[in-house]
Amino acid sequence: MMNRNRTKKYLFIFFFIITALFAWTVFAQDQAQAEKPKIPFNPFTSVMDLVSQWCIPLIIFGIAFYAYAMKKVKVYEAFVEGAKEGFNVAIRIIPYLVAILFIIGIFRAGGAEKIFIRMVKPITNLVGVPPSLLPLFFIRPLSGAGARAVMIDIFNHHGPDSLDGLIASCVQGSTETTFYVIAVYLGSIGVRRTRYAVPACLFGDLCGMIASVVICKFWPWPF
Amino acid sequence: MMNHVFIILIALGLIVGMFNALSDAMKADTLEQRLEILKTRGKNITDSVVNMAQTAVELCLDYIAMMALWLGIMKIADESGLVKSLVALIRPILVRLFPRVPADHPAMGAMLMNIAANMLGLDNAATPMGLKAMKELQTLNAEKETATNDMIMFLAINTSSVTLIPFTVFLWRANTGSVNPFAILVPTLIATSCSTIGGPAMAHFLGKFLGRTRDYYDEFKAGKDLSKLDDDKEEDQPVKL
Repeated sequence: MMNRNRTKKYLFIFFFIITALFAWTVFAQDQAQAEKPKIPFNPFTSVMDLVSQWCIPLIIFGIAFYAYAMKKVKVYEAFVEGAKEGFNVAIRIIPYLVAILFIIGIFRAGGAEKIFIRMVKPITNLVGVPPSLLPLFFIRPLSGAGARAVMIDIFNHHGPDSLDGLIASCVQGSTETTFYVIAVYLGSIGVRRTRYAVPACLFGDLCGMIASVVICKFWPWPF
Repeated sequence: MMNHVFIILIALGLIVGMFNALSDAMKADTLEQRLEILKTRGKNITDSVVNMAQTAVELCLDYIAMMALWLGIMKIADESGLVKSLVALIRPILVRLFPRVPADHPAMGAMLMNIAANMLGLDNAATPMGLKAMKELQTLNAEKETATNDMIMFLAINTSSVTLIPFTVFLWRANTGSVNPFAILVPTLIATSCSTIGGPAMAHFLGKFLGRTRDYYDEFKAGKDLSKLDDDKEEDQPVKL
């Protein structure tokens, strides 16, 4: 009981400080904006922007604080151990990234990319998808590293805040390497007849992709 | 699969590149000019390939920093038991999605842990849990080479990407100069919800439509030893040396 009460107290203090800080900043900003009104004020967009800019620092602090104060985790040691893992993960993806990006290099310099885009443009225009995203849609269920490379290429080429970049981020975040997961999971137990696993899982990916395109087109982006 | 894709893409890119170079060269007047155009086109492709490989490695060097930071934080979350608290939260919803898995069967626990770890983006922790869940689901399966409805439902949830915070996407956006890398958080959450509802819904309807395979649900409920049931039916297999 003692422990739970203390937990509640910590949480209360934590949220109180955060709320107070937010209230103070918003108020201070309001005064500053009153002097030089530049961008038309849209409450929804600016709140979204504010939340999204603060969400990562707050998540990091929240997790570390929760673990340290309530679960008595050795936070420093745990962090270092995880960071080591992160190093290995990042090193491991280099070969895959090189493999996909150099193919894109051949496509771009040789002019095959232009021809491809000219070919698919009538179809993508009809549906309203930027043509540069088609490769991402096709490679996403097949290879996680490949899809990541295509996404990074879109970021580099069109910019992460362009419509192409935003849809690519959204697709990457809302779908999975379907064929890989099915193959590994069912393969590990020796199941050969997959029945309707592939259509069901691909339908989920399709839903995610359609939703990404539609949402990104109509979302009130802050930039 | 990726092998075919790889070689076809390289061949296609090169053939189109050569064809383009040749057709451009034909437009020039003198032989010297034609050779010059062909030469520069080849050099362009080589440069592009080398540049892209360099870009890939440079990006990954930045990625090391971001990945170390994020996995460090997630390790803290992992050790503070965040996965277990999430399991308690999603258990009531998930139990209903697997009608032929008894709530007290070890498969249910493993599946819950896997989905919770996936939601937090702990891929390294999620995969072993997922494989364990499949192994446990297989003990309930009477036709060992055929996927059960519950297995497919589990796969549909797993492949619909239930990640709440797609942190690696944020990191890449930040890395390539986004004004607000985290602006996609809410749109992605909505899109993820669509795929997470769509995939399992499809699995559910197809499962209803196609019926289910034979399983050991009743045998488990009756308290029988499932591993013995398998042994009776398994044929003698030649020992591989």
